[in-house]
Amino acid sequence: MEVLRIATSGSVDDGKSTLIGRLLYDTNSIPQDKMEALHAASKRKGLDFTDLSLLTDGLVAEREQGITIDVAHIYFSTPTRKYIIADTPGHIEYTRNMVTGASNAQVSLILIDARKGIVEQTHRHFFIANLLRIPHLVVCVNKMDLVEYSEARFNQIVEDFQQLLASASFKAQQVKFIPISSLYGENVATRNGTINWYNGPTLLDYLEQIAFDHEDSRHPARFPIQSVIRPRTTEYHDFRGFAGKVASGHFNVGDEIISLPSGQKSRIKTIEQFETQLPSAHARESVVITLEDEIDSSRGNMLVKTDSVPEQRKEVTANVCWMDQQKLVAGKTYLLQHGVNRVKAKVQQINFVVDVTSNQHIEGKNDMGLNDIGSITLKTAQPIFADIYAENPANGSFILIDEFNNTTVGVGTLI
Amino acid sequence: MTHQINWGFPQALEDEAIYILRETAAQFEKPVLLFSGGKDSITLVRLAQKAFYPGKVPFPLLHVDTGHNFPETIEFRDWLVNTLGLDLIVRNVQDSINQGKVQEETGKYASRNALQTVTLLDAIEEGKFDACIGGARRDEEKARAKERIFSVRDEFGQWNAKMQRPELFDILNGKINIGENVRVFPISNWTELDVWNYIRREKLEIPSIYFAHEREIIERDGLYWPYSSYLNTTADEVPFRQKVRFRTVGDMTCTAAVLSEADKLEDIIAEIMEAKISERGARIDDKRSEAAMEKRKQAGYF
Repeated sequence: MEVLRIATSGSVDDGKSTLIGRLLYDTNSIPQDKMEALHAASKRKGLDFTDLSLLTDGLVAEREQGITIDVAHIYFSTPTRKYIIADTPGHIEYTRNMVTGASNAQVSLILIDARKGIVEQTHRHFFIANLLRIPHLVVCVNKMDLVEYSEARFNQIVEDFQQLLASASFKAQQVKFIPISSLYGENVATRNGTINWYNGPTLLDYLEQIAFDHEDSRHPARFPIQSVIRPRTTEYHDFRGFAGKVASGHFNVGDEIISLPSGQKSRIKTIEQFETQLPSAHARESVVITLEDEIDSSRGNMLVKTDSVPEQRKEVTANVCWMDQQKLVAGKTYLLQHGVNRVKAKVQQINFVVDVTSNQHIEGKNDMGLNDIGSITLKTAQPIFADIYAENPANGSFILIDEFNNTTVGVGTLI
Repeated sequence: MTHQINWGFPQALEDEAIYILRETAAQFEKPVLLFSGGKDSITLVRLAQKAFYPGKVPFPLLHVDTGHNFPETIEFRDWLVNTLGLDLIVRNVQDSINQGKVQEETGKYASRNALQTVTLLDAIEEGKFDACIGGARRDEEKARAKERIFSVRDEFGQWNAKMQRPELFDILNGKINIGENVRVFPISNWTELDVWNYIRREKLEIPSIYFAHEREIIERDGLYWPYSSYLNTTADEVPFRQKVRFRTVGDMTCTAAVLSEADKLEDIIAEIMEAKISERGARIDDKRSEAAMEKRKQAGYF
């Protein structure tokens, strides 16, 4: 059964956690003991209803403030598929956690409070979902109960959102609008008839029929080497295998490959998955590859097919989302991690910072602050073999690490 | 010849876990696998075997023995380690008690569950382990649902939920400062059912207490507690024999049994699919407060 990964986003108090709680509740995914704990916790808080958001807000500080601070991963399944929901924070301060949740998603679910319409965070979250090229976007107009289930109000929000779509760079994103009420469960997993003017699917129905694309399997073949397996035992005395996960595309036994950066050529002798020998390996599969020749390759190197060699880059231009309190500064050196490969990289220049609300490029800036999104150019100490993100996301993204405190400070997608 | 692509479970989850284990071995100097003898750590051992095959697992197992384990679990642990030729390090909570570092709880609900954190942190410091691989899953508990795959802990083993590193795509950043360590969770995205399906697919051996068997229990607070000399019982708590099994394996003082006839994997899986109570509903240690797990994690609990 396939796993559909969803990331929720939206502004504070628009009801993301409640929506997820509702989805779980209506699909009978909340065990009895957890439900009882929810009733009790809601009562202790003096609420006269069961607060479904308490199910996902797992931290004391979250329950205290009634906000989501960090991503919670929630799991449930239907007879059709398995779901992983990354419940991400809406607060601007925690945008980095929103990006964390969104980076692996196939579906971005943006919530809008029907009373408030599109707010600054909607722009930001849409921008990020578009930047990351998440294939599916579901816009849930929530709290319809608080606007008397008004069709006109819903249509107005849809119309406003269309303007955002018009400015998007990733046009192929599939977009769906659904009017819902998480509190009363309308159009989440079931209908209760209060929104009778809406003829489309409920949120769950829509999620159930989203088709899996598996686009990464059609991209050029890339195999970043995680480690070299050399048992040196009597049985495997001469065994020398390259362990890794296929980032994109696929490899077959017998394929002619090039090891980067050395440029040495060889052919694939075997593809192994534990005790099994496979004829081929596809994107996302963890395997061990052995070659016909003894070539010098180690961690951080990449095997590719001779017919699709990525460009060698010592200078990269990328969209970057900055995620640290300390500003990104032009001229500063960071560690750039591309897949499993880490190189030093210096910020040559900040090309522009985006005003996500107006989509305007602000030029001439020397730094980028927390949650800023912009375009920068970096010079790397050693060449990297990356693809343009739009052409091959799995080999077109990287993170920036602060050399002094080791934290992940930025994420970039190659342009 | 075409190779069947399997995008879903269990292959996709196995591929992800193997990738994480290989990153751990490559990015850290001294990783260690925290082994409890339960189904999740048994799954981890299998994944580690696969990740480095035909090489051997490049890190030892660490078991923090509270001294209150089910004897069946310890027996199983030693059998597994011998059969697979793994290195095992055992650290005992009793030693921490003898050293005066922790104090045994008293009363009816006394358990060594919280005490093992101190023994664990000492073992990490002593062994200079910079990465501790654990079998925690995000579906278990709401504080665990917040955990990163590579989760940084300070030199006191503390987890700071507000300061977690962003974790993007499948790029894992294991860079840490001296004294810090990373808790690594390769099966974060697995559910209880995934683990059982995997155990079935891989035909893995598991301790006998997971299967229905007759044993002495007492009833307390609506739960069935395994009767043992470690449990402080009151006069009215009289042990009786009953056919039960355990859904999760912790100490004998903090793991409740469930009434069950399931003595085969198929039956266990069917039972879990039907279950109305969550897996940790039988963990007495979680019931201490709404934030029991978060508090233990802040203190360095695995």
